[in-house]
Amino acid sequence: MTILLYMTTALRGLSANKLRSALTVLGMLIGVGAVILLVAVGNGSSIAVQSKIKALGTNTITITNRGRFGRGPATTGTQTQAATITAADVKAMSDPNQAPDILSVSPVLSASVTASYQDASTTVTVTATSPTYLPAEDYTVEAGRSITSSDVASSAQVAVIGQTLLSNLYPAGANPIGTDIFMTEGKNEAQFQVVGVLASKGSTSGVDPNNIAIIPYTTAEGLLTGYTNNFKQIIVEAKNSTDVNAAEAEASDILASANQTTVANLPFFVINEQSLLSTSASTTSTFTVLLGAVAAISLLVGGIGIMNIMLVTVTERTREIGIRKAIGAPRGAILGQFLTEAVLLSLFGGLAGVAVGLIGSRFKIVGVKPVATPTSVVEAFVVAVAVGVFFGFYPANRAASLRPVDALRYE
Amino acid sequence: MSYLAPGSSSGDRKPPPVIALRNITRTYKMGDSEVHALAGVSLVIERGEFVAIMGASGSGKSTMMNIIGCLDVPSSGRYWLDGVDVRGLDETRLARVRNRKIGFVFQSFNLIPRTSALANIELPMLYAGVHAKERRARALAALDLVGLSSRAGHMPSEMSGGQQQRVAVARALVTNPALILADEPTGNLDTHASDEVMNVFESLNRAGRTVVLITHEPDIAERTKRTVRLRDGLIISDENTTRGPRRAEMGAAR
Ligand SMILES: Nc1ncnc2c1ncn2[C@@H]1O[C@H](COP(=O)(O)OP(=O)(O)OP(=O)(O)O)[C@@H](O)[C@H]1O
Ligand SMILES: [Mg+2]
Repeated sequence: MTILLYMTTALRGLSANKLRSALTVLGMLIGVGAVILLVAVGNGSSIAVQSKIKALGTNTITITNRGRFGRGPATTGTQTQAATITAADVKAMSDPNQAPDILSVSPVLSASVTASYQDASTTVTVTATSPTYLPAEDYTVEAGRSITSSDVASSAQVAVIGQTLLSNLYPAGANPIGTDIFMTEGKNEAQFQVVGVLASKGSTSGVDPNNIAIIPYTTAEGLLTGYTNNFKQIIVEAKNSTDVNAAEAEASDILASANQTTVANLPFFVINEQSLLSTSASTTSTFTVLLGAVAAISLLVGGIGIMNIMLVTVTERTREIGIRKAIGAPRGAILGQFLTEAVLLSLFGGLAGVAVGLIGSRFKIVGVKPVATPTSVVEAFVVAVAVGVFFGFYPANRAASLRPVDALRYE
Repeated sequence: MSYLAPGSSSGDRKPPPVIALRNITRTYKMGDSEVHALAGVSLVIERGEFVAIMGASGSGKSTMMNIIGCLDVPSSGRYWLDGVDVRGLDETRLARVRNRKIGFVFQSFNLIPRTSALANIELPMLYAGVHAKERRARALAALDLVGLSSRAGHMPSEMSGGQQQRVAVARALVTNPALILADEPTGNLDTHASDEVMNVFESLNRAGRTVVLITHEPDIAERTKRTVRLRDGLIISDENTTRGPRRAEMGAAR
């Protein structure tokens, strides 16, 4: 018997019980559709998270000094001396000969200070840094100008302020550029002229990145205590995203030799944005796998539905099987006939499920735009057909194994 | 030639008998007790015979017919079909034997439901691997033989009992089997339909086919050439119903 004949026979068998066949197909449809849709949702949310992280700037490495008591990578107990990040280190890292993969280095001193303008005052994070900090951290200047290297060189008392600080200090619509604000930290007080306003920026942590005033790091001396040419943090920007790890190695080497220690013993905490990205990628892929697994269970249930219905079919058609055997149907023909029926059920379910999954993934689901991948579609479909073969085999084999006399006598 | 059935090994060039049963028993276990449906049956049927098997209900007629038709296997004894000992055949070969050598007709017609008369008749040829064109031609010829050319596209549910049974006969004969077996083929039919079916069997036998049928009706048995009677799983009589001397082989089978 050719495949075509198996198909027509199977179709005739399936159409004899249209509602039952349709319900079984529906079971498979839900399974396949769920796999495609949920994997697409997982995939979509992973893409969303990654693009958010990318927006934060993926070429940067944040090196934070944890001091001598920091529990850095060196837990070997050999740190007898506090390590420092100095202006000389920053200069060395900015030298393209010593660090060819580093685009810029921005020392960062951050502190919480009270800022006031006229009668208004608020608490703000002041960040003393170099001009390269802004692009490295994806800050853009909306109005006015950024701080410049000449500001740094001349220790100019200028500040670029974020949107939150702007709205906290100034009445709505006021132009802050050219005005002076006061910042106090403890007994220290300094006056800064606002030269620019930052565009609003998204946040991944709970900290508001817009409640900020950025000043040249050379002006921090009079304002911030603890400024001893020992930067708490530097932000290193790599020339491009493929060089991030090389840039990290160069910066670490410079710091290690400056502190006369090994890279492993540096008490610095290094956050490589790219490794953050890959961590988040693996988290979201776990999420996707989990969603897929839940959906796969419904595929399994669909398969059990096929098996159930095929067992019923084989029982109902025992007599027919007996007749076919009496007129000389070999075992393989009976097996093929019922297996074809089972596979057709899963095939229809698979095709309909692919359609439903693809249509469904055009809509936003719980705020996520699903992204269906061709692999998940093909896999879901192939698995559906395999499920049909697997769950169809037992009933079909049962039919094929019936003894002709017993089958014919069955009422 | 050890596989040859008794009664055919007398040295002449005669073909082996179509059926040769020797001491066939069939025992069903029902819990602790045993039912001896066949208690030792020996029977030889030659090519071209037209045999009726009679006997009370439960005497073992269907059991014997199922064994002859290779649908069931005996508990003991040997059976040669067309000279071949079926005991040595595996499932695949048995299926092929049923397909090529035997045509079965049942009391309850046993057509495949929701399948046209023509498709039902084509089915055995399908399993034999006959090409579609030839299948169609032979099925139409068989349908013509039973006088139902006009019903080719009818479903079993759209035909009378007599018509269904004639389709079943057409299906049984379409593969040109050596042997046509019929278990109470007229049991569910009225006299007119029975007559039509018997006419088909008679013309098949005239054309040289071996036909064995089970019946309860003496007038059906009368239209055959030989009647075998069973009681309690044993053959109690075996007589020619046409005039003329009894066959010599019958003695050998005894
Ligand atoms: N599957 C079975 N299990 C147990 N006993 C069986 C089975 N099939 C037949 N028998 C028994 O074997 C005996 C012969 O049965 P069989 O069907 O051959 O009778 P029969 O001569 O065809 O009767 P009828 O004229 O009513 O069709 C009966 O006693 C029956 O009960
Ligand atoms: Mg019977």
